[in-house]
Amino acid sequence: MSGIMIIDGKKVPFTNQKNILSLIRDSGIDLPTFCYHSELSIYGACRMCSVETSKGDIIATCAEKPKDGMEIFTNTERIRKYRKMILELLLANHDRDCTACERTGKCQLQTLANRYGLRKIRFNQINEVNDIDDSSPSIIRNSNKCIKCGDCVMVCEEIQGVGALGFAHRGTDVKIMPAFNKKLSETNCVNCGQCRIVCPTGAITINNTTDKVWNAIYDKSKRIVAQIAPAVRVALGEEFGLKPGDVTIGKIVAVLKRLGVDEVYDTAVGADLTVIEETNEFLERINQNKNLPLFTSCCPAWVKFAENKYPELMDNISTCKSPQQMFGTVVKKIYGELDKKDGKETIMLSIMPCTAKKAEMNRPEFEHDGIKEVDIVLTTQGLSMMIKEMGIDFNDIEEESLDMPFGMTSGAGIIFGTTGGVTEAVLRRLLKNKFGKDDCEIIFNSVRGLENVKEATVNYDGRDIKIAVVHGLKNADDIIRQIKSGEKNYDLIEVMACRGGCIAGGGQPVPKVITRETRIMRAKGLYSIDKTRQIKNSEDNHIVQKLYEGVLKDNNQILHIHKH
Amino acid sequence: MFNAEVKEKVDEIVIRHNCNKKELINIIQEIQKLYRYLPEDVLKYIAFKLDISDAKIYGVATFYENFSLEPKGKYIIKICDGTACHVRKSIPILNAIRKELHLNDKKNTTDDFLFTVETVSCLGACGLAPVITINDQVYPKVTPQFVVELINDIKKEAI
Repeated sequence: MSGIMIIDGKKVPFTNQKNILSLIRDSGIDLPTFCYHSELSIYGACRMCSVETSKGDIIATCAEKPKDGMEIFTNTERIRKYRKMILELLLANHDRDCTACERTGKCQLQTLANRYGLRKIRFNQINEVNDIDDSSPSIIRNSNKCIKCGDCVMVCEEIQGVGALGFAHRGTDVKIMPAFNKKLSETNCVNCGQCRIVCPTGAITINNTTDKVWNAIYDKSKRIVAQIAPAVRVALGEEFGLKPGDVTIGKIVAVLKRLGVDEVYDTAVGADLTVIEETNEFLERINQNKNLPLFTSCCPAWVKFAENKYPELMDNISTCKSPQQMFGTVVKKIYGELDKKDGKETIMLSIMPCTAKKAEMNRPEFEHDGIKEVDIVLTTQGLSMMIKEMGIDFNDIEEESLDMPFGMTSGAGIIFGTTGGVTEAVLRRLLKNKFGKDDCEIIFNSVRGLENVKEATVNYDGRDIKIAVVHGLKNADDIIRQIKSGEKNYDLIEVMACRGGCIAGGGQPVPKVITRETRIMRAKGLYSIDKTRQIKNSEDNHIVQKLYEGVLKDNNQILHIHKH
Repeated sequence: MFNAEVKEKVDEIVIRHNCNKKELINIIQEIQKLYRYLPEDVLKYIAFKLDISDAKIYGVATFYENFSLEPKGKYIIKICDGTACHVRKSIPILNAIRKELHLNDKKNTTDDFLFTVETVSCLGACGLAPVITINDQVYPKVTPQFVVELINDIKKEAI
């Protein structure tokens, strides 16, 4: 379908735009929306994208396909009035305590109210106060700030296949809430935080732990040891005007040192350990032909999803702890000795792109004799707040390198942060010395990228190993159904809950609109780091080798969860 | 979780509707008929059976006025408050019933689960205004005195 539309008197050709809204935006007019996300189904709730046609109709452009010869006006007197009225009505229903809102300055409602110059709301403020749901370790829901755009409901249902949130009641009584008005922690919420990424206001925010970090830093009896996940370094810069994918690890280290963190290490070391443990586990299962397919266990949102929905698959999920917990285990083991000597208490601070990690660290299996493997999880977003609070000029700060010994990682550990990364890391180990470089490249490329499901088949010692890589829990759900129905059959399945993997996690900075582009650029950032790494394979990382000769010698079971 | 007998009944209803998501409203209507309300456990079980989320089924159940998540009384009294009944003084009838049964606009079911009192927008019997129905039996041109007597008769019968 192609043709020409007339937008504000200007002829605009269209080809395959999915709706008039995209066409208008492509033509250089930033039509406002609350409820429109190109990746979600069209709901048409907010009506902000409405325009007037030459016939005098008002239409919501998100829900209309471009038509040849159609003439529309985006800023007529009627439309302007209409949009201002919508904003006024939303604001009359909104908790307007903007100064103390976590989302202030980045709130779409605030931005648009400002853009339309709203200085007075003609309607009475509605003073109904709903309780704030802070039951979840990951996400806080403040329905007083909800504008009922439905984005969270859509993302939870359509992308994640969870459906923890829904619309309840009718008309003016409509509320977004979990089933039976339960608290989030009592639902099947997997803590992925994708709802917080799409929420245009402060209705869904991250459970903020910055105060905990400050308190730990101020407490001189504590030694703060930080780990930084791969995906953090390719997204944090966005908060300071850099592009998605710009690698800022040196700046992050410098900032953390400035904040008062004692040691700054790389979670990718944990990832390297995961690769080794998971590959061994996989080979063992292949040899015994037992509990296949093997599902990865790095993503806590996925693990929770499986526990909720497919408890019968628990034996198929890797017993490996996630890189965060593996690294926490190792650090607590090593620093535990030091703590005994100098009387300090080591706090494992984990800087993650993920909200589900906040829930993961609290799981009982990661606590031993009252000592947690990880003490605080701070999101990328949280770290950016701390940097801003301190007033550090992030772009100008001189870069520093990660502390040794755990600042040394392989490329395999770094690419863990994007979909396909875990699989590629495992394959690098499996295929080493078995395939030529070019053959490997071809196989690796088949697991990279943003397709919903990526598949690869590798011949290993005469046996065809079938691999699937999925991201987005709805895709994982689909693939499990296909396996159950016998339609598909795999040996290894990598699952990351968020679309694109950890780089698009629920704790990452929120771009104005999260698009495929953002994800591709962040992923590219990780692959660019991998390119510069001389050590590509996890087992070649000599720090990891040393660990296996030291604390992990005959003791690698501490890197696994023992369910039975 | 609810008992085996309930499960069997729910299974029967859901299977009769071919476990079809599109039949959701019909299914929960039958459940409501059976139990006079929609128990939470049953709704969750239906959601599981139809492969939809709990939040979705809750959304449907709360959208329609006719569905109730609270147990309802054995006798459901509907007072028509459409335009015709309203001008023919349906509100004093409502007030008389509420007073008699110790109910109010927040609490509309008696403690003994004998009566539930609801208003409806129009029963489509404007020529008979003011109208009430008790379990689908229509009572035309009622007065406050008449409904109070009617309620007392039902109470006596119930004992």
